[in-house]
Amino acid sequence: MIYEVFRRERKGQAFEHAGSLVAPDTEFAETWAREQYGRRGESVALWLVPRDAIHDVEDWADEFDLKYRRVDGCWIKARLKEARERAAARTG
Amino acid sequence: MNERLLGLADDELVIGWRDSEWTGIAPMLEEDVAFSSIAQNEIGHARAVYEMLADDADALAFDRTPAEYRCAPLVQLHLLEWAHTIARRWLYEVADEIRITTLMADLPLAAKINREEAYHRMHAEMWHERLGDEPRFRNAVKELWPYALGVVLPEQREELCARVKLDEVEAVERGANDEAFAALHNEMTSVRRSAPAGAQW
Repeated sequence: MIYEVFRRERKGQAFEHAGSLVAPDTEFAETWAREQYGRRGESVALWLVPRDAIHDVEDWADEFDLKYRRVDGCWIKARLKEARERAAARTG
Repeated sequence: MNERLLGLADDELVIGWRDSEWTGIAPMLEEDVAFSSIAQNEIGHARAVYEMLADDADALAFDRTPAEYRCAPLVQLHLLEWAHTIARRWLYEVADEIRITTLMADLPLAAKINREEAYHRMHAEMWHERLGDEPRFRNAVKELWPYALGVVLPEQREELCARVKLDEVEAVERGANDEAFAALHNEMTSVRRSAPAGAQW
């Protein structure tokens, strides 16, 4: 079975994907993950997730260009910049 | 006491070396990483004990003649067969736990080593549970059993028998370092011997 390994580097931080390993059961997976992802003190906690438990979402209907709905769109940035400049000109 | 500690350090150094022989060729990649890591830990334990016994840990570890090493014959065996290797790892960890917990009362370092050994025991026990009923593994345990008894003191053997559920037989005692050990010693000390006097690493 393939296990995806997530590690938390420091207390309070989010878990990040570290890699994966192949193990016959959770016991083997834990032992091997400890040695691969925790033996140098690089993790304070690990999550071992059987790959089968992960629900993949990777297909998207992309018929219409909906990128304009994103807040990081460049036209918003440009308009924000303009607004800031106007405000600075008024106060300056 | 020092004789016992030297035996402990030599056991850890030599089993670390023997288990390192699996690096790159273990049956599974994950086990390769874990096994190599455990082997390194064992050598680290050896270093900690040598440092306690001598000012120059390297000299104590590498500058003795093969006959002066106090390691048990169990750890000296050159085993490149997985059933025997895992059988030795399991037997060694059970024996080592009995030995190290006895030392803990007088020696804080033993308690520190014991905390790391807990993971080694978890690893060994996991394999034992999985392979325990396999004839190949059972035969390997049987073959190595007299050697395993030699790891612990005579008064600790009854406990070891109870733990592994085998009857006491005549132990292969420390002090009989064979030719295979001389060959290992030769390899183990080759880099150190090749360095010019006063070399800094």
